[in-house]
Amino acid sequence: MNFKRFGAPVALVAAAALALTGCAANEAGGGATDEAATGLSGTLVGGGASSQQAAQEAWVASFQTANPDVTIEYDPAGSGAGRDTFIAGGSNFAGSDRAFKDEEIAGDFASCVADTGIIEIPAYISPIAIIFNLEGVDSLNLDAATVAGIFSGKITTWNDPAIASANPDATLPATPITPVHRADDSGTTENFTDYLHAAAPEAWVDEADGVWPLEGGEAAQGTSGVVDTVTGGTGTIGYADASRAGDLGTVSIKVGDEYVEYSAEAAAAIVDASPFAEGRTDGDLAIELDRTSSEAGVYPIVLVSYLIGCSEYQDTEAGALVKAYFSSIISEDGQAISAEAAGTAPISSDLFDKASAAVESIK
Amino acid sequence: MTPSTASSVREPRVKAKQRPGDRIFAGSTLTAGTLILAMLAAVAAFLVIQSIPAVTTDPGEIPILAGETFWSYVAPLVFGTLWSAALALLMAIPVSIGIALFISHYAPRRLAQGLGYVIDLLAAVPSVVFGLWGANVLAPAVQPFYSWLTETMGWFPLFAPPASGTGRTILTASIVLAVMVLPIITALSREVFLQTPVLHEEAALALGATKWEMIRTAVLPFGRPGIVSASMLGLGRALGETMAVAMVLSASGGINFALLTSSNPGTIAANIALSFPEAFGTNVNVLIATGLLLFAITLVVNSIARWIIARRKEFSGAN
Amino acid sequence: MSQTLTAAPVANAYSSGRLGRPVPWIVLAASLVLAAVVFGLLQASDGAKDFNIVGTILVGMIIYGVAIYVISLLVEGGRRAKDRLVTALVSAAFALALLPLISLLFTVVTNGTGRFDLEFFTFSMRNIVGEGGGGIHAIIGTVLMTLTAAVISVPIGLLTSIYLVEYGRGPLSRAITFFVDVMTGIPSIVAGLFAYAVFALIFGPGVRLGIAGAISLAVLMIPVVVRSSEDMLKLVPNELREAAFALGVPKWLTILKVVLPTSIAGITTGVMLAIARVIGETAPLLVAAGFTNNLNYNLFEGRMQSLPVFVYNSYISQGTDAQAYLDRAWAGALTLILIVMLLNLLARVVARIFAPKAGR
Repeated sequence: MNFKRFGAPVALVAAAALALTGCAANEAGGGATDEAATGLSGTLVGGGASSQQAAQEAWVASFQTANPDVTIEYDPAGSGAGRDTFIAGGSNFAGSDRAFKDEEIAGDFASCVADTGIIEIPAYISPIAIIFNLEGVDSLNLDAATVAGIFSGKITTWNDPAIASANPDATLPATPITPVHRADDSGTTENFTDYLHAAAPEAWVDEADGVWPLEGGEAAQGTSGVVDTVTGGTGTIGYADASRAGDLGTVSIKVGDEYVEYSAEAAAAIVDASPFAEGRTDGDLAIELDRTSSEAGVYPIVLVSYLIGCSEYQDTEAGALVKAYFSSIISEDGQAISAEAAGTAPISSDLFDKASAAVESIK
Repeated sequence: MTPSTASSVREPRVKAKQRPGDRIFAGSTLTAGTLILAMLAAVAAFLVIQSIPAVTTDPGEIPILAGETFWSYVAPLVFGTLWSAALALLMAIPVSIGIALFISHYAPRRLAQGLGYVIDLLAAVPSVVFGLWGANVLAPAVQPFYSWLTETMGWFPLFAPPASGTGRTILTASIVLAVMVLPIITALSREVFLQTPVLHEEAALALGATKWEMIRTAVLPFGRPGIVSASMLGLGRALGETMAVAMVLSASGGINFALLTSSNPGTIAANIALSFPEAFGTNVNVLIATGLLLFAITLVVNSIARWIIARRKEFSGAN
Repeated sequence: MSQTLTAAPVANAYSSGRLGRPVPWIVLAASLVLAAVVFGLLQASDGAKDFNIVGTILVGMIIYGVAIYVISLLVEGGRRAKDRLVTALVSAAFALALLPLISLLFTVVTNGTGRFDLEFFTFSMRNIVGEGGGGIHAIIGTVLMTLTAAVISVPIGLLTSIYLVEYGRGPLSRAITFFVDVMTGIPSIVAGLFAYAVFALIFGPGVRLGIAGAISLAVLMIPVVVRSSEDMLKLVPNELREAAFALGVPKWLTILKVVLPTSIAGITTGVMLAIARVIGETAPLLVAAGFTNNLNYNLFEGRMQSLPVFVYNSYISQGTDAQAYLDRAWAGALTLILIVMLLNLLARVVARIFAPKAGR
């Protein structure tokens, strides 16, 4: 084969390669200017819950702006993958939609110093809204049993007496109800079914599970899929992170004797009203949500997602980075940033004090 | 060689001279082939090793199985995979052959290449985009048609009511799959049709055949192994497609043949994509075991296809 | 034949008993108009919102098929009628395939042009929250990983197909053929898991590398390359090979100089299909190459973003400013399609350089 024949394509490839060797306009080459600012540098790898991704992006952006020599990679591979990778020592921290179980904590964590335990901080609190698409109706009052009836397929039309009696002012059509649930295994589903099972055990007999336990209904992938499906159908109802509710109608949930609309404050309130899990180490702030709380102004359907790290790292540099990163997340600024970017509920000052103590203990 | 030596010495049958070039070339092709076998063996070994715990562990200890056995967990998925892929091929193969014929024998020759390029474009669309399009454009568009079908033909088991309120049914997923495999089948069939010996075609036409008769007697028999082979590639894609099915299909039911309801069986690949991120411990093994099963299904389907091709071997150009 | 002999004298013996050239077109137009009227009436009676263009075209096609068959059957007889029907069906198949294509491209282009700007091609997502940002890191990741996968799988795949067609006899060749078929059935996510498992064995858990992504893509690509090139090589007439052998050309040179150039157009199509098949893969890259917001040129160190993963994640994890994420997702999808088009064009140019000058 002579060169002439190969010449043209090779030259093209070479030209393409040359064109590609540039740098992204927003990425500084090495950060020579702000070096003295913090003294922190290196790469921190974390992974886990995809629910946290929008918030993590905002946190990472603000942390990297303050510490230009630091790169943080958050891999939204999913809570299960995140926890497994963290146990195996493949990442420095994890994001997870549930805390580790007792028996999992008893095992080894490869990147932590043996027998030092882990810290878990409920830094991502997001209300889960029940969204629906029904012409002429913007909001509904429902209690847990009715919601369970709708999602299990026992209540099939919008003008069912159970719905109508709680909403005397709304004009409800006889449209059939299409309940939409998540097709994927998710923390959102786990928290939603946990609420239904705790608040209406007769109407919802299945235990909390990340996989939708019933057959029937419409299944859609991810929060985006549920929102799109609810928006695209008529008479549809689903559940999704409140930040994505948009213009869809939302449900106020009966707590005690009142109907509570979702809000950041109400979501933070249920976390404060709930006890910590027992038998955990000091830095382990796993919460057992009290879904049946009847305190005024709490919204019981929330997703609490955790930041998980070692309390003592084998690699002290990684420990310092995790400590700095976590404390920037739980700070008032950090929580405000994620509230703006991802619609989360900022943690209360009470919880902040405990979380702050936990982060300070990281070595 | 001079005639005298040839006649005086009776040499044994001359063996073809082995040139170094030949040896190196033949050797490297053999190495490549073996490398593929080795790679596949590695993948298979990985799958098998990872799958063992799924079957041996007590089902009660694997959360994802929810108390069922592995086989009852995977049965609807196997059904859904085969059912959706079969529907997709049923739609895609006739249309693809039509397109390939159109490009190779009907379209004005000057236009043909451009048209082929247009269809190839479909192959370039990433599956995520197919998923977005299927869920947000196609499903709402076909939903009224589905409602009409269930109302007028609900007695027919395939169209059993109730119609899905959103159109995200297994039929929609199969249409999306059909569109995805269409360019694969079309492109290969087209190339094969174009290679039909011109003499065969001209002979048929000279005997007074119409264009269709020429195609039926000359082009299609010549291209049949190619069509089967292309369809198998398409089938491989349809069976293994992950993201598009996960995004389009409302998989919330068990085994049923109804095409237009929202309770459809899931598919193996889509189920892996949906459940894998949150999977941990033995759940991962279960999902990989379903992957192994998909692997086995493809093996069986392909054996059948190979068997069909083998019966038609006489049409292959290289014997 | 006898018909023309006995028929009354006509102006042109060759055109008698045949439909005129414009007739099919007239019938087609009439069918479409008829379908449009039907749908128009339906719309008027139903009070439906939009005029159903797709339905009109589909129903029009069906009416045309029936009409042309009947007309041709009456005028030209059964054989020609069948021919006309098949012509109609074949053209309809093409039109049918164009419908989703047009709908898809329309969706992608209208949504994608919103953020198809300079910023998208110069910015990565590092330190970007909400609006702005771009996909340069994903573009480069996709190009690097896909090309690497092609560099791995095209030689292996092509050599294997040459082995199967030109050398292979016996059980080994049968085994390879069979198992290549099996390989087409590897679910993409399993390929990703496999590549991840291999690299995790070497580098420890949690490793995410561009090269791992490339290898998972290669696993998916190889069977497509083998399968399509094998078919193309088989189509090369044996006469060509025999002619070359008769001239004393060694076998390997025959393959390189005669067989490959003859089938290069088909092989290129196959390779392009294989690339198009893997360049849009999301799941394996998510597992093997990971997710990052930063630009990375090094296949052997650190995570690498790719366009499908970028698109998928922008769609799945939208922040409060959902539109900004969606716009980026569509722009990424548009870019991906354009990259494949570009590669396709490039491959066709290459094929033309190598192809023999004669032929159709």
